[in-house]
Amino acid sequence: MAALPPYASSAQIAWHYGFRTICALIFLFLMLPIMVIVPLSFNAQNFFTFTREMLALDPDGYSLKHYNDFFTNSDWQGALGNSLRIAPMATLLSTGLGTLAAIGLSQQHVPFKGAIMAILISPMIVPLIISAAGMYFFYSRIGLQGTYWGVVLAHAALGTPFVIITVTATLVGFDRSLVRAAASLGANPVTTFVKVQMPLILPGVISGGLFAFITSFDEVVVVLFVGSAGQKTLPWQMFTGLREQISPTILAVATVLIAISILLLSTLELLRRRSERLRGMSPG
Amino acid sequence: MDKDDYIVRFENVQKSYDGETLVVKNFNIDIERGEFLTMLGPSGSGKTTCLMMLAGFEPATNGEIYLNGSPINNVPPHKRGIGMVFQNYALFPHMSVAENLAFPLKVRGMSKSDSEAKVKRALGMVRLDEFGGRRPGQLSGGQQQRVAVARALVFEPDLVLMDEPLGALDKNLREEMQFEIKHIHESLGVSVVYVTHDQSEALTMSNRIAVFNDGVVQQLAAPEVLYEKPENAFVAQFIGENNKLTGKVTAIDGDIAQVTLDGGGDKVAALAVKCGGVGEKSQLSIRPERVILGDEDVPNKMSGKVVELIYLGDHIRCRMEVGDSSEFIVKVANSHAHAALKVGEVTPIGWVTEDCRALDVL
Repeated sequence: MAALPPYASSAQIAWHYGFRTICALIFLFLMLPIMVIVPLSFNAQNFFTFTREMLALDPDGYSLKHYNDFFTNSDWQGALGNSLRIAPMATLLSTGLGTLAAIGLSQQHVPFKGAIMAILISPMIVPLIISAAGMYFFYSRIGLQGTYWGVVLAHAALGTPFVIITVTATLVGFDRSLVRAAASLGANPVTTFVKVQMPLILPGVISGGLFAFITSFDEVVVVLFVGSAGQKTLPWQMFTGLREQISPTILAVATVLIAISILLLSTLELLRRRSERLRGMSPG
Repeated sequence: MDKDDYIVRFENVQKSYDGETLVVKNFNIDIERGEFLTMLGPSGSGKTTCLMMLAGFEPATNGEIYLNGSPINNVPPHKRGIGMVFQNYALFPHMSVAENLAFPLKVRGMSKSDSEAKVKRALGMVRLDEFGGRRPGQLSGGQQQRVAVARALVFEPDLVLMDEPLGALDKNLREEMQFEIKHIHESLGVSVVYVTHDQSEALTMSNRIAVFNDGVVQQLAAPEVLYEKPENAFVAQFIGENNKLTGKVTAIDGDIAQVTLDGGGDKVAALAVKCGGVGEKSQLSIRPERVILGDEDVPNKMSGKVVELIYLGDHIRCRMEVGDSSEFIVKVANSHAHAALKVGEVTPIGWVTEDCRALDVL
């Protein structure tokens, strides 16, 4: 950040520090509720509060028992298994469909481009409870309600807009003459897509896929409507856990989920840097 | 010649993007094997559209395009086997230079060893032997351009299209690349269709030039013919520097027209190239270097008033008022023989009849 210039007036100096204070407060507001969960998940007691031992940093105040519960309890393990079966499949579907939709919509002459885009993006904008209720009635009619594929399709619909948006953004920077160049060099459209277009828009596809994965992995409303006991996902288990047993295991699960999210976001950032290097924008 | 003897033939080709206005109006051309043909014209004249139709990226609205004697309107771009160099190079940024060059060979299923040998030869041809491992982003504009040329040639097409390939380079590099492309063309014997809006580039490189304006080919001829014998006022104005004088045709005798100039009423004789009949308006075209200063014995004599003198080393540009034109340029060779001109002086000028062409009025 630029240092204050020597001619700064007192108002500018006040703003210079005031601005930083405001930024710090916003970060605190966003981060604190998440950060407070992490130490609490190591609580040796079955409470949601910091005990006296924990505050004194006494090792006896901490334990891994909630993690132990998470990894051994069949309810939690079943939920984790369901989430891990549903989220990747939903991600695969939304990534495939979203990428194709984005490429199609970025062609030059698409009629009703704006309207189609708005419809595809709508799951992001329509309140989740409304989508969920709509899906419930629709899926009941066609026999998808309460099935694995029903939940997968519902989550794919929720994740697709993220993929469309990230891939469309990548395609804005994509030089369409590369496609023409590949064609002039004798590559058919499929080869052109696989060898030229896909590698260049891959960062957008992957980041869209990660968002879609997290959407499915964190989703609770739709799965409550569309799923049945056989599709109880991790967020669903957390939700019932909160309502019925108030077990600090939830905190351990939350910490695990935070760790996964951080991992995914770091992957994203690394991918972004790699793609910039590939395009020769910054020296490798 | 039969149509099979030409590498490319456009037959009554028309192109409209919106179904109403024609961007290309009835384009006909036969391109000979091994020829370097340039499509030259201002932007929006239809030249790039013609190139895109030949490459297969734009469908022709009407008419037929032949490649090696067979119609290609229904052949997709990747099956035409035409090399192309794009204005922005269009190198694949995620591949190294060698991978870029190997791409057309790989999609043709060539073996790795054959492909490597060809890539090596192509890199040598554009003097980039050491750069195979670099990525396009690490090369300068001129080097990227040479890679693009090598990539368009590496799979040995018999036709290469170039769409203003030197537009993004600075002047010195552009001139260097002009000669380089010309030499590659001569040594490989490949046919080239080149699109540019830069007339000096077209004159330097081409066997023939098609001058486009408003979707129509104004003239198709060798560079020296275009310059010396423009067939209409647009070509005369577009190619090289040109003096125009307007007047009215008073008589036509064979291929010589008598023209009375506007503003002054001087009578001159000119070659009747495209001036219409007696009584019609005509634009006379004379190249600045063909105007003779001083009291020489020439058939057309007038006088001009010197308005401005610009010293350019090897010659002096003299702007004069002649007839109704105050932009009449005369190039005066910087030699001892010429008397020094002065601004404001009225001096006799003249030209031989063959150097003055009576054309249509724009």
